[in-house]
Amino acid sequence: MTDPILEFEDVDIRYRTEKGNDVHAVNDASFSINRHDYFGLVGESGCGKSTIADAIVGGLDANGEVTSGTIRYKGEEIQDYSEKEFNRNVRWKEISVIPQSSMNSLDPVMKLSNQAVEMAKYHTDLTKTEAVDRLRELFEVVGLSESRIHDYPHQFSGGMQQRAIIAFALYLRPSLIIADEPTTALDVIMQDQIIDYINGLKDDWDISMLMITHDISVVFENCDSMAVMHGGQVAETGSVVDVFDRPRHPYAILLQNAFPDVRFPDRELAVIDGHPPQLRGEVDFCTFADRCPWAKPECREGAPDPQAVAGDDDHQAWCIRADEMEELAADHLDRNATEESILEGER
Amino acid sequence: MSADEPVLELESMDKHFKTTSSFVETVKETVFGEGPKLVRAVDDLDMTLEQNQVQGVIGESGCGKTTLLRTVMGLYDPTGGDIRFQGQSTSEFGKADWKEFRRKVQIVFQDPFNSLDPKFSVRRTIAEPLEIHDIDYDRSDIEEMLEKVGLTPASQYIQQFPNQLSGGEKQRVAIARALVTDPEVILADEPSSMLDVSTQAEILNLLNGLTSEFGVSMIYISHDLSTVSYICDEINVMYLGRIVEKAETRELLSDPKHPYTKALIQSIPIPDPHHDRERATIGGEPGDPIDMPEGCRFKTRCPERMDVCDHTPRDVDPDGEGERSVACHLYYDHEATTGDAEEPVEEHTPETPT
Repeated sequence: MTDPILEFEDVDIRYRTEKGNDVHAVNDASFSINRHDYFGLVGESGCGKSTIADAIVGGLDANGEVTSGTIRYKGEEIQDYSEKEFNRNVRWKEISVIPQSSMNSLDPVMKLSNQAVEMAKYHTDLTKTEAVDRLRELFEVVGLSESRIHDYPHQFSGGMQQRAIIAFALYLRPSLIIADEPTTALDVIMQDQIIDYINGLKDDWDISMLMITHDISVVFENCDSMAVMHGGQVAETGSVVDVFDRPRHPYAILLQNAFPDVRFPDRELAVIDGHPPQLRGEVDFCTFADRCPWAKPECREGAPDPQAVAGDDDHQAWCIRADEMEELAADHLDRNATEESILEGER
Repeated sequence: MSADEPVLELESMDKHFKTTSSFVETVKETVFGEGPKLVRAVDDLDMTLEQNQVQGVIGESGCGKTTLLRTVMGLYDPTGGDIRFQGQSTSEFGKADWKEFRRKVQIVFQDPFNSLDPKFSVRRTIAEPLEIHDIDYDRSDIEEMLEKVGLTPASQYIQQFPNQLSGGEKQRVAIARALVTDPEVILADEPSSMLDVSTQAEILNLLNGLTSEFGVSMIYISHDLSTVSYICDEINVMYLGRIVEKAETRELLSDPKHPYTKALIQSIPIPDPHHDRERATIGGEPGDPIDMPEGCRFKTRCPERMDVCDHTPRDVDPDGEGERSVACHLYYDHEATTGDAEEPVEEHTPETPT
């Protein structure tokens, strides 16, 4: 029934440091993205979400390494690919990236059309004219004027640059796009338009997406399934509706309640005390234990195993008390039922 | 100062910047009789900040929010209009008045990573404004201040340096530094936008309690309506230098009048997968603040565009209760009122948006 395009299975990613004090940035991460699904990955800065994105396209820093576990793309293990194999088989053709700050990811001294020509030179047999023509078509798809393809990046506004980046991400017709905070640098109205474009890609281009963001509302609105990360561990994964209706990891519960919702301005925001731990050395404990209001001594004695929530293997929480959470966090879980939105037309 | 006098009043305040300071350009402009090209960053802006009130200002980047704040601070001289602090116009301020003003009006910046001196310990950061203003203090005053902003135990934080603090802790130190001189007004420039969600919630909760706990008033600017709605009593929506709508927070959210406000509210993602949001229909980005269109500045993006929009709209009170105002032609009867519209206005038929 499920047809995963990308699977993470017990993946550990480490960054070596000089003093042998390795940073265990990602520990035992498991999740899978189905074909034609939009998958959201949320968590705070430093939780390992961008490291995961880098690992998928072989873009980890020189001291970073997938030390164990498997990353499968369309059934094939890619975690041990060499640079050359990534270039030939994966990058741009199969998996492309929409990076966080478009302003810095376009070459400032190169016309956009020339950047397309360069990409075509390395990855395709297209001639220069064909390469430019293809970019022209894509400009239309993302709502940019064709006449501007010979412009330099600085002649574009932030929103236009982000659209140009989306056009480049589509250039070699990939199956999976990794969008790393695609809209954080933009104003709300522009953010909404860009997200709307990104949503349209799913059917028009038959794309799957890994959307990395700290903005849980963008994930709830636009993704099919999601994972919440904390301190290098996956905390909870499942369909967005499951994670929203029945969150069972304390971090997933508190994170949802910490997020301001414009519909309920009088709501008290949840506060998550403390900070994530420094991930130096072996991580054999729950990284959320120090911040968790429901932690037990056992939480610090071993990394938690996933628990299927309500018997559903697609919805898992990495918390040893997941079964009790409904009771323990009852105060935090029933908020949406009791309040009424103040927005126009919803009262 | 009487108890019900507003702390701060801005009256048709302008801040225009010249686009060039070149001598040749200036001569040309004078010879050919055309005025200098201006960036109208803040244009004809009125605002009244009552005691214990929090006024929010929202708008997209480049709409003039930060210029507004800097002009109120006295970092820029306004090019027109008047700023009155506790009834006295800042244009009449002497040196001593300014110093007193700076004690009473404090600012919290957007970026806590850059607004603290990396070589100052927390103790020195908070003591500095006290020394500048000749206020007596001892270590316990500073510790007490730290406890009030939630940095407990204070004795642990007092000797630390900014690089030892997390983003949220830095912002708390910045807030403590602003509060320590016992100010009347806090100016907050997106103080939570650089922080993670869980930390953002702490800072928002802290700011939310400031007015009741410390008796300060606040101008809070942000581009994020969902955080503004947590903090502010009243929200001003700013577009290209002008305030296009002003209303009490709930009123504004539940019943927005100006097409721009509607679009802003419709663009906010809702953290609920069951919620089916109607997306805003307006396109594009704010225009160029140098060559702004005549009349309503929003007309080029407005879905309700009419012929009459070529005239500058007046601030009107849409429900006649004196509580809110909106600068949009949709909400007044042009035949009964004569306003900025100089010539007789024909009937207005809505055009299709371009």
